[in-house]
Amino acid sequence: MMASSYNAKEEDGHPSGASGHGGPGVVKSKKPDNTAFKQQRLPAWQPILTAGTVLPAFFVIGLIFIPIGIGLFVTSNNIKEFEIDYTGVDMDSPCYTCAKNSSWNNTTPCTCSVDFTLEQPFESNVFMYYGLSNFYQNHRRYVKSRDDSQLNGGRSALMEPSKECEPYRKTDGVPIAPCGAIANSLFNDTLELFHIDSNGSRNAVPLVKKGIAWWTDKHVKFRNPGGNNNLTLAFQGDFSKPVNWRKPVYELDPSDPENNGFINEDFIVWMRTAALPTFRKLYRIIQKKSSTTPTLPSGKYTLDITYNYPVLSFDGRKRMILSTISWMGGKNPFLGIAYITVGSICFFLGVVLLIIHYKYDTRNNSADIPN
Amino acid sequence: MDFTLLRNIISRYCVGEENWVDSRTVYIGHKEPPPGAEAYIPQRYPDNRIVSSKYTFWNFIPKNLFEQFRRIANFYFLVIFLVQLIIDTPTSPVTSGLPLFFVITVTAIKQGYEDWLRHKADCSINECPVDVVQQGKVVRTQSHKLRVGDIVVVREDETFPCDLILLSSSRHDGTCYVTTASLDGESSHKTYYAVPDTMAFRTEQEVDSLHATIECEQPQPSVLICEFLHVFYSCRPLGAENLLLRGATLKNTQHIYAVAVYTGMETKMALNYQSKSQKRSAVEKSMNAFLIVYLCILISKAVINTVLKYAWQWSPDRDEPWYNHRTENERQRHVIRAFTDFLAFMVLFNYIIPVSMYVTVEMQKFLGSYFITWDEEMFDEELGEGAQVNTSDLNEELGQVEYVFTDKTGTLTENNMEFIECCVDGNVYIPHAICNGQILSAHLLCFSQEHEDLFFRALCLCHTVQVKEEETVDGIKRGIHQGRPTSFYISSSPDEVALVEGMKRLGYTYLRLRDNYMEILNKDDEIERFELLHVLNFDSVRRRMSVIVKSSSGDYLLFCKGADSSIFPRVVSGKVEQVKARVEQNAVEGLRTLCVAYRRLSESEYAEACHHLTEAKLALQDREQRLAQAYDIIERDFVLLGATAVEDRLQEKAADTIESLHKAGMKVWVLTGDKMETAAATCYASKLFRRSTQILELTKKRTEEQSLHDVLFELNRTVLRQHCLDFGLIIDGATLSAVLKPNQESAGHGNYREIFLEICRNCSAVLCCRMAPLQKAQIVKLIKASKEHPITLAIGDGANDVSMILEAHVGIGIMGKEGRQAARNSDYAIPKFKHLKKMLLVHGHYYYIRIAELVQYFFYKNVCFIFPQFLYQFFCGFSQQPLYDTAYLTLYNISFTSLPILLYSLVEQHVTMETLKREPSLYRDIAKNSLLRWPVFLYWTCLGVFDAVIFFFGAYFLFDNTTFTSNGQMFGNWTFGTLVFTVLVFTVTLKLALDTHHWTWINHFVIWGSLLFYVIFSLLWGGIIWPFLNYQRMYYVFMQMLSSGPAWLSIILLITVSLLPDVIKKVLCRAMCPTATERAQVGC
Repeated sequence: MMASSYNAKEEDGHPSGASGHGGPGVVKSKKPDNTAFKQQRLPAWQPILTAGTVLPAFFVIGLIFIPIGIGLFVTSNNIKEFEIDYTGVDMDSPCYTCAKNSSWNNTTPCTCSVDFTLEQPFESNVFMYYGLSNFYQNHRRYVKSRDDSQLNGGRSALMEPSKECEPYRKTDGVPIAPCGAIANSLFNDTLELFHIDSNGSRNAVPLVKKGIAWWTDKHVKFRNPGGNNNLTLAFQGDFSKPVNWRKPVYELDPSDPENNGFINEDFIVWMRTAALPTFRKLYRIIQKKSSTTPTLPSGKYTLDITYNYPVLSFDGRKRMILSTISWMGGKNPFLGIAYITVGSICFFLGVVLLIIHYKYDTRNNSADIPN
Repeated sequence: MDFTLLRNIISRYCVGEENWVDSRTVYIGHKEPPPGAEAYIPQRYPDNRIVSSKYTFWNFIPKNLFEQFRRIANFYFLVIFLVQLIIDTPTSPVTSGLPLFFVITVTAIKQGYEDWLRHKADCSINECPVDVVQQGKVVRTQSHKLRVGDIVVVREDETFPCDLILLSSSRHDGTCYVTTASLDGESSHKTYYAVPDTMAFRTEQEVDSLHATIECEQPQPSVLICEFLHVFYSCRPLGAENLLLRGATLKNTQHIYAVAVYTGMETKMALNYQSKSQKRSAVEKSMNAFLIVYLCILISKAVINTVLKYAWQWSPDRDEPWYNHRTENERQRHVIRAFTDFLAFMVLFNYIIPVSMYVTVEMQKFLGSYFITWDEEMFDEELGEGAQVNTSDLNEELGQVEYVFTDKTGTLTENNMEFIECCVDGNVYIPHAICNGQILSAHLLCFSQEHEDLFFRALCLCHTVQVKEEETVDGIKRGIHQGRPTSFYISSSPDEVALVEGMKRLGYTYLRLRDNYMEILNKDDEIERFELLHVLNFDSVRRRMSVIVKSSSGDYLLFCKGADSSIFPRVVSGKVEQVKARVEQNAVEGLRTLCVAYRRLSESEYAEACHHLTEAKLALQDREQRLAQAYDIIERDFVLLGATAVEDRLQEKAADTIESLHKAGMKVWVLTGDKMETAAATCYASKLFRRSTQILELTKKRTEEQSLHDVLFELNRTVLRQHCLDFGLIIDGATLSAVLKPNQESAGHGNYREIFLEICRNCSAVLCCRMAPLQKAQIVKLIKASKEHPITLAIGDGANDVSMILEAHVGIGIMGKEGRQAARNSDYAIPKFKHLKKMLLVHGHYYYIRIAELVQYFFYKNVCFIFPQFLYQFFCGFSQQPLYDTAYLTLYNISFTSLPILLYSLVEQHVTMETLKREPSLYRDIAKNSLLRWPVFLYWTCLGVFDAVIFFFGAYFLFDNTTFTSNGQMFGNWTFGTLVFTVLVFTVTLKLALDTHHWTWINHFVIWGSLLFYVIFSLLWGGIIWPFLNYQRMYYVFMQMLSSGPAWLSIILLITVSLLPDVIKKVLCRAMCPTATERAQVGC
């Protein structure tokens, strides 16, 4: 009642202490603005997820997804793919000896041939891949072991490669170009494809090596130091080739100056590290000849391999893949199946919800009426 | 002047030897003794600078950083950052450094801004001009240059610059009037007195010629002061009435001379300025619990991966195949490598602890609290003020309240007192006319003229009301029209004003207090003068106040008024029975009653009383206790005169509010100091008790008949027997303290506390009457500590509610008439009780669902973010290869997904405001922290894990050994990560969109805008060879991905699949067992 004890906590003019709300103090004496935002009365759309509103969405998703899935599945099934493992693990495989003898110290190339038969003709453009298994291109130590500025033709990076390249940075004090584990382990098997005629003669299948790398990589991200002319001059002297390489970078493709040095497409393809330990990389393109004859008619083929790349030490496998391509890429039934499954589930759920909706809605309504 | 002698006198006469060291000696006007003099210890005092700021320009950065890194979350991120700097980790230090920097900077800017405001406020205070007397002249100086011992001149309407001892005043009686409106909101004028020895000083020269010292205790925050002024050889005690406190304002007095005794940070105001203890909300507690769970998940993830890594690496061709050699450096550090690997995994997964959650929560609370202050419905036209937020930390706690403890007077009721009647010896007087005191009373027999006269005089004299003339003040205004300028009665207690005014209507007008004489205009228009000798102030323990006056005829009279319970035991004669009956009848009607008694003192008795009082006032130690003792001795042997009744009307919509709170499942307790009958009547009126409520009484009256033990057990049995009945409990202060008293007698009796709590748990409404302020806090504490740990809310308006407001989880102050102390100490302040409804049912509800979603969503989105990284380790040889690019890792939490959830947590309204107000029962849906309980948390986490698995394996199967471009080219690991990340960003944003029930244009803008921002950023990030980066891994990755049809198809598919379970869960729950909230959503 008559309590008048002195117990001031704050002084006027001070913003209220630790919590420090300057704002509330400002509007203290005034009536707050009657704006929709401040009164939390902004006009709003208030959707509610009920069985009734979600039902159509489920049916629509089902109706859209199932056809897409069927389309994808059919497309994927129409794609022809042929895969052959040429690692040479088994005694009877043609590359067994090469595989046993292959190591980086071997200077004499070992060749072997694998025969195979295509049951069906491959129409349109055919893409030739090499595939590696159990090869951890996505290992952290491996992924970071590169110098993008060196690959972009940066002069200073050429002389002094990034530290990330260790232990493939320098040999005996001489910088390596291109440096790093990725470049060092460049896939260097040579694959050649021959079609065996009905009369037994070997016809080389023309393999195109242009267009296997991303356009942007080839033209922007990767660049030779000092332009594409006279690479020999640009790279000679102060640089050494990566330890595992047989030839220096400027001799990757001496026949074509547009495909030599850092902008060699095989090299660029290798430099894009794969996401998973089993991967394939585009090797060559077999362009279609004409609209009437198939690119690769069914029949016997021989794959000639210059076997340089050792994979047995880490239990890896090497494959050669021939595949046609549709608008949705290579053979991959997953997407189609997934679409069909999800579409069906949605449709099924739609039906279930419909039942629930009618069952419970009427019950709720009847329950609500007395209220 | 012989100071040695003086000192000896002082030490012998005034102060006990033992506390000599504890006091300070102030030399008025700095007239210190010569340095050689004995026993003079120069004391150092701080200057008069007020520092409320925490930082200075120089120490801001180090100090603020230190403060911030004391928070465990920030420290954790700092450690992660340092680990990244020191060891070779998968992600660059930027990824955790930048978010940390962002969080720290935002917080530092906020704190810096607040501190800058404080600096500005400090500066304006420290630099305001002050007049000081130096060498007999008035010199103007700045406030912060003031020193202890300076003589200060303060003029009318100026604020005291420091704590001062009043030496002399321009008023002849040596008094001055002071208002402490800016301190505690009490606009009444309090009178302070000059030291009698110096009150005659008129000019600067006179004041400056004063040679004296003041002994005073070292600064203490308590209000008690024991000070002594030593002038020449006399020693005079000083009291609170001589001490002018910093922050108060001089009124109605031209100027005063005063000497500074406490300056700067040693003033009572600064010492009392302490930050309130930090209250933590239940949400924050569950947030921390979740964090610990996630920390465990993080550590176990890192451990699992480290172990698996070493298991996997067992064969050397896996550990170090020919294509991927280690550097020499890496080979050597064999011993610590496992530990570094563990740390590296920690770093890789550290984003699972959401770095930006704290800053988002803080921003949400800070910005969200503005909606309370902006609320027009909580604005009170009469007061001209809206709701205030003193701390935004507890916003969501408003939605969790289970117990409401409310004060009665001023909170439930208007505290707008109206005099209803008085009764003298059983004769009732009722003033009818509003003005011009006419008695239209129905008094029948007037056999005791003497008592009647004394009664009216008692009420006219026994109060602390002041008369304020002319000027209008903010406080309580009542006009007195007597042909003179308008004047008002002002008091800190509305009851007193009502009584004095009631007296006026009955013909006795209190005119003024002049020169210690109180003047009364009696019924016959004669002015009577009484000399005011002593005021025995009111306190809430005694519950009464007294004055000792000397009438013009020379009689010494002691008038006392107070609560019936404190008066009746001290009454020796008078018509006790009649008065008691009337008092009880009035109390039942809900009126506030006071009893009035008097005692005639003989000369010797008066002298004795005087002696007691002065002795107590002189005491250095236990002064309050001694005063109480003295009062106890003096206030006895009363003759009962009569009683008064004052009505306090219920506040507007109080009943409606209480009903809503009940419906919302809250238990409402009324804690009041009033009589049981009065309080019970108010409770019925405010629908706290309904007609159907069965009232259980636990009062002193009952415990006198039976033992407390029996009563408690009996009540407990009643309560347990009839479950369905609506119970109400009434308990009084005396019984309560008996219940709470630790039971020492025997263990066999059981713990009363538990039984009491058991009874309370079954009562929907509890009324505690006759409560002391501290008991209110005790009750709150008791409930807080009961085994369910309910969330409590205390609401009150007066100083006596402060303890309970501070004790409860949420303290709400009403900007009432009894000053601003409650509002200042509260967490939230509202103008009226009715605003509590909107505060809890609407704002509290909104804040709770908003913050609950915020917390859950933050954990969810970070599980979605990090779990794919964890899965990826199984496919990259546990090499800590991050799945996402550095930019994505860095920006995920601070820009791609931060704004939508912040906005959601500011504007979400799952149900309209009208519905929430209309149906208070919706509040039960969120009771007991229901949205942050473990099952819900588990659901969100599982949803996050599910989504993460979908993201990762969806992308995995898409990438599985095939191409998905139409030109046959292959994608690499960064495209893989980008695909997962794109699905991730879209999924978590759309998940929030699905949870949003209130789509304003801002929501649309922010949600679609942030998705668009992600796309644009990715295009830009991959579109340029960034010259400052040493890697170009993201170059054209995003564009290449978008150029592929299957990538689009899989993004759409994965988003759909990720969102599907949540949608189904929502729809099914709603259809099968809808909560009240869900029903309300459909209903509107």
